[in-house]
Amino acid sequence: MADTPIAPAGHVRLGSNSGQSMTRREGVAKVTGKANYAADNKPEGLLHAVYLESGIARGKVISLNTEAALAHPGVVHVMTPENAPSLAVSPDEKPVPFSARMEVLQDNRVRYAGQPIALVLAETLEAATEGARLLAPEYEAEPARIGFENGEAYDPEFVTTGTPPARQVGDIDAERKKAAHTVEVTVDTPLQYHNAMEPHVIIAQWDGDKLTIDMPNQAIGLARAGIATYLGIDPENVTLRSPYLGGGFGSKAVVFGPQYLAMLAAREVGRPVKLVLRRDQMFGPVQHRSATRQTVRIDLDKDGRILALDHHSLSTTSSFDDWLESAANASLSIYASPAIKVSHTGLRVDTGTPGAVRAPGLASGTAALEVAVDAAAYRMKQDPLDFRLLNYAETDPGTGKPFSAKALRECYAEGAARFGWKGRPLEPGQMRDADGYLTGWGVGTALFHAPFFPAKASAVIRSDGSVGAQTSGADMGQGAWTALAQMAADGLGMPADEIEFEIGHSGLPDGSVAGGSAHTASAGSALFAAGSDAVRQVAEIAMNDPESPLYGAGNEGVRASGGRLHRVDDPARGETYAEILTRAGIAEVEGQGRGRREKSAAEQYAMYSHGAVFAEVKIDPDLYQVRVSRLVGAFAAGRIINPRLAKSQLNGGMIWGLSFALHEEGIHDLRSGRPINNDLAGYHVPVLADVPSVESILVEEHDPHANALGIKGVGEIGITGTVGAIANAVWHATGVRPQRYPIHIKDLLEGELARQRG
Amino acid sequence: MTRSLTLTINGTKHDIELEDARPTLLDVLRERVGLTGTKKGCDRGQCGACTVLVDGRRINSCLALAMSHDGAEITTIEGVADGETLHPVQAAFIENDGFQCGYCTPGQIMSAIGLFSENGTANDPEQLREGMSGNICRCAAYAGITEALLDAQTRLSGKE
Ligand code: FES
Ligand code: FES
Repeated sequence: MADTPIAPAGHVRLGSNSGQSMTRREGVAKVTGKANYAADNKPEGLLHAVYLESGIARGKVISLNTEAALAHPGVVHVMTPENAPSLAVSPDEKPVPFSARMEVLQDNRVRYAGQPIALVLAETLEAATEGARLLAPEYEAEPARIGFENGEAYDPEFVTTGTPPARQVGDIDAERKKAAHTVEVTVDTPLQYHNAMEPHVIIAQWDGDKLTIDMPNQAIGLARAGIATYLGIDPENVTLRSPYLGGGFGSKAVVFGPQYLAMLAAREVGRPVKLVLRRDQMFGPVQHRSATRQTVRIDLDKDGRILALDHHSLSTTSSFDDWLESAANASLSIYASPAIKVSHTGLRVDTGTPGAVRAPGLASGTAALEVAVDAAAYRMKQDPLDFRLLNYAETDPGTGKPFSAKALRECYAEGAARFGWKGRPLEPGQMRDADGYLTGWGVGTALFHAPFFPAKASAVIRSDGSVGAQTSGADMGQGAWTALAQMAADGLGMPADEIEFEIGHSGLPDGSVAGGSAHTASAGSALFAAGSDAVRQVAEIAMNDPESPLYGAGNEGVRASGGRLHRVDDPARGETYAEILTRAGIAEVEGQGRGRREKSAAEQYAMYSHGAVFAEVKIDPDLYQVRVSRLVGAFAAGRIINPRLAKSQLNGGMIWGLSFALHEEGIHDLRSGRPINNDLAGYHVPVLADVPSVESILVEEHDPHANALGIKGVGEIGITGTVGAIANAVWHATGVRPQRYPIHIKDLLEGELARQRG
Repeated sequence: MTRSLTLTINGTKHDIELEDARPTLLDVLRERVGLTGTKKGCDRGQCGACTVLVDGRRINSCLALAMSHDGAEITTIEGVADGETLHPVQAAFIENDGFQCGYCTPGQIMSAIGLFSENGTANDPEQLREGMSGNICRCAAYAGITEALLDAQTRLSGKE
């Protein structure tokens, strides 16, 4: 594909679709119940699968009453380590990116509570459920290692999937010697579970060695390659359909053990198999956010400039795999400091393996860093916003590179103005509202990477005037159906609602991962390029056709809009795509496009989206119950394709930040290792009453380097900064500096008592 | 022991045979009647994704055994639009971007329709938020949901 057109770097003119707040393309399907999610499919002969999960966190399964399960009416098959087929590749291998070590009944070892230990297939869901219950497992249990105090500490070779575990910039010891003030905070963050509303689900059906899967997935190309490898079949033989995901948040980028069990079982019994995880099963084999214990030390000169920033994170992982939250790396890119040290250690506990959860690394990292920065500002008796401006990073502190664009100053200014930050008392505990609630204001800086993944797309223009575009990309709610179609339409020179548009299928050109906040930039660039390529071909036909009013107009001389090409110097002179192709006797032209980032730009610049989040909390003076009464975030993320959808992402992200600060906490019993709040009543996430007012501002930013179209991401940044902003507002209301998330009433009461004792 | 029951779903009578009494109303709608618009998010009455109207009242269909509603009138998300014309709550959800992934949306809309008929259309945002707090949206499209609810109330009270 050497001659595939790549949109040139710099300033590319997009058409009139981009930048518009169009409503969602799939809106009617979603509000009428017609949108087809994976679990809604029902192939002929479908069997229901339910897996039995381990009730212990470490040890062995020594017996399962398979006979009892098989005797239950409707039960068709029971898979246990005794009879389970193997994968073509060891489940401990990681043949493609986004693989994780997994359990597919390869032996009777148990390495965490909730691990699948048997699979039951039955004619009905009820029979499969009862069959699984009848298995009545017996175990040989070993003591569970759970919590910061009981895990096994180790020095990791890497964090996440290959990032060095430690970095140093400058001479931290030398800078510390110059310091006039030192602030140090320690903050704990808990295990957090993605809990997309749609649980993980798969419907697998085989036809010979061809496999068709309905499964929500964020990374269709990678999933297909992984599935083919693990099952020992040709990737061409895997069809994966994922038109709608009921949320993903990182967990649907990976295919886990349970889905493989369903695929194996379907092959075994020769019938389609459907497996839907129960909500309680979402707290085991399908990843979570590591717990962290972070220490941030800030050394300051006499004016409050940061001299040394030292951020360490202890992050938890499983006993058998290596993902670690890269929390400390948050300190590499936000505040200027001549010396920075970031480091990570690992702690092995008996849970499933963690993975990427919305804003991996930076959500947890800023949750600690922003608290430390706030404490430093207070030490200097400076307004927290002024302190942040004093320590504003003009270049990327971790690499010394210039930023591709950074409108953070504008974010601070616009957010503060909208929130009404001015006049905030410096001292805590000064504000009460009319009802007597303790009131506090806090700010946090938001940041997220702006990666770019190579993506492909195709587009078509037909002689009947119809046009279309395709890529395998995924819409997990972020708005890909709409925003990507807008970009494709701009490439095609058509109104977005007049193009055929397809995503969410493995048969389409690989649109890469819906993750890393990079999907709009990556897949969108490919779609725009594909559309432009198709138009270019039509233009060439016209310009070489003496009968065309565009004859001889020259490459720069024509422009596409409304399905028509016209001369730049005379818009009246032109004709429609249909006229051009029909006269030429060509049924259709197909355009190909790739999205790519210039290598030189990637090497030269640090690329991030930035933002500032302001929070107001109200706290009951007797009960210490915390409510976030207002959240205002201002974000600069390059070119915005659809402001309505971008705001929804940012608002949702900020509410995830609120959830991190005040609600979410995966609790495991220290003795048994079992999750004890593995349902949506015990594992708290915000409901409407928790979110009275959230507002995001899109700050204008032109990024000439991030990619040809200047697009960055908005999907994850909202969480970052928000967690700290809320913790800082809680401090401002009470004078108690939170040391763990979620912030508990108990901590505030104890903090208040400690304060009173002096 | 097989059981039979009759449900009137979105105005159409369905005679349903069950092998036993175990299936929930939610699973009967989804797996047996083939109306998959109603979603399962938790199967425990904790998320609201499965909200439907039974004899005009909103309930969590995952917490109801189908058998116990023999003879009932059920309204699901598939039954609220009038042909091609969306119900005002549906239209308001689209226009105010009251969803992202859409998985909680059928439940949100059914819950809102139920709430409005319980409450009339009292225009108190705080009451609305409280009344809709049995419906979790993990995407946290709550800003859009709030606007959609207020807009829907306006539409329903004929002020538009
Ligand atoms: S599925 Fe019924 S309340 Fe969650
Ligand atoms: S729109 Fe995704 S859960 Fe509500």
